[in-house]
Amino acid sequence: MEYLIAFVCGGLICVVGQLLLDFIKITPAHVMTLFVVTGAVLDGFGLYDKFIEFAGAGATIPITSFGHSLLHGAMKGAEEHGLIGIGMGMFELTSSGISAAILFSFLAALIFKPKG
Amino acid sequence: MILTGKQSWVFQNDLYINATGTAVGPKEKDGPLKETFDVTFDDLHCGEKNWELAERKLMNTAIETCIQKLNYTYDDVDFFLAGDLLNQNVTANFVARQNQIPFLCMFGACSTSMETLALGSALVDGGFANRIIAATSSHNATAERQFRYPTEYGGQKPDTATATVTGSGAALVSKEKGKVKITSATIGRVADYGIKDPFDMGSAMAPAAAQTISQHFKDLGREPSDYDLIVTGDLSGVGSPIVKDLLKEEGYNVFSTHNDCGLMIYRPDQNVFAGGSGCACSAVVTYGHLVEQIAKGELKRVFVVATGALLSPTMTQQKETIPTIAHGVVLESVEVEG
Repeated sequence: MEYLIAFVCGGLICVVGQLLLDFIKITPAHVMTLFVVTGAVLDGFGLYDKFIEFAGAGATIPITSFGHSLLHGAMKGAEEHGLIGIGMGMFELTSSGISAAILFSFLAALIFKPKG
Repeated sequence: MILTGKQSWVFQNDLYINATGTAVGPKEKDGPLKETFDVTFDDLHCGEKNWELAERKLMNTAIETCIQKLNYTYDDVDFFLAGDLLNQNVTANFVARQNQIPFLCMFGACSTSMETLALGSALVDGGFANRIIAATSSHNATAERQFRYPTEYGGQKPDTATATVTGSGAALVSKEKGKVKITSATIGRVADYGIKDPFDMGSAMAPAAAQTISQHFKDLGREPSDYDLIVTGDLSGVGSPIVKDLLKEEGYNVFSTHNDCGLMIYRPDQNVFAGGSGCACSAVVTYGHLVEQIAKGELKRVFVVATGALLSPTMTQQKETIPTIAHGVVLESVEVEG
């Protein structure tokens, strides 16, 4: 049941993204930033954590959780170091994800040639 | 008088396409016109290190094939007119650096094929040149990155989008007798009907094509039935019905004589969305398939109207609409005379 909820919730987020691409005619980059901001805003109201409790991976895998993590990191940084801490903490939780993206892109670029 | 009507040229001398050269990539090789191309590459890289080099190789190959058919060298050609889709026309400029033929670089987006052919013919007709080469190229990976998104980005394309043709076409024009005659050309005006979507260039370019075709009929006092084929460059499945409807409103019925290079070059099941596009689309179809048909006499008179979307990514980001243009050249079978 847990898996099913995760699948449906994660899938629904993707459905929203697909509908935005198909009908509102915004670019993939716009959809991505919109989702990140949405995740952060929802987290600001304390809603995203509840969503994660309910949907599990269905909430943590989509890009919306990136916004949620950004906000969590920023808030934690702010508590510890004040205003400057927002900047310090913002990428604390997300840094492993960003580093992994850079590392794996690099490794893939070493091995593969683009196909066009 | 060469200038006929408002914006057409009727050439005073007998001008001929003496030879053509075409080079294409793997998808075009897989398409229905594969037999008509001179050189085909199995790999999108064409044996080169990057996409830009691959596009240059295509253009070089097309030109070399073209002049080799006549046993000419670069020295035998007076002027080289070419353009492509990359920033600052780098493919054409870099090819000209290598071949050292006096060079006129031109940009008309995908209309460059007929723009170079029309102007080159005018140079020969006016005695400014004896032999010219008109060439153009496009490459799927370079053009998609230039105008839309890099393919690695993985952005989804709507059904109205077109697929850029990988290839290059070159034609040698002179007054020396050949099998395909160039008789007239119509230079287009820039049209803009307010389309902003770079994924729907067919709709954007259709009015430009309609404008050029109807002006051509008016300037020359001709009817659609005077042509065996009126072929547009890359309006694809979306723009083709629009151009036919627009011309019908003007009183010209081209429903039976119109076709589009973008629809001829691929099979519908090749994942090409609305069809082919790019400078090479009209160039390789015209200089391959059409010239072959005209030389054999199977097509007597063909009006090739290459359509170009004059957009740039910066202008798209600034929410500008897409200006478009179409230039047409009439090619005739030599057997039609008399």
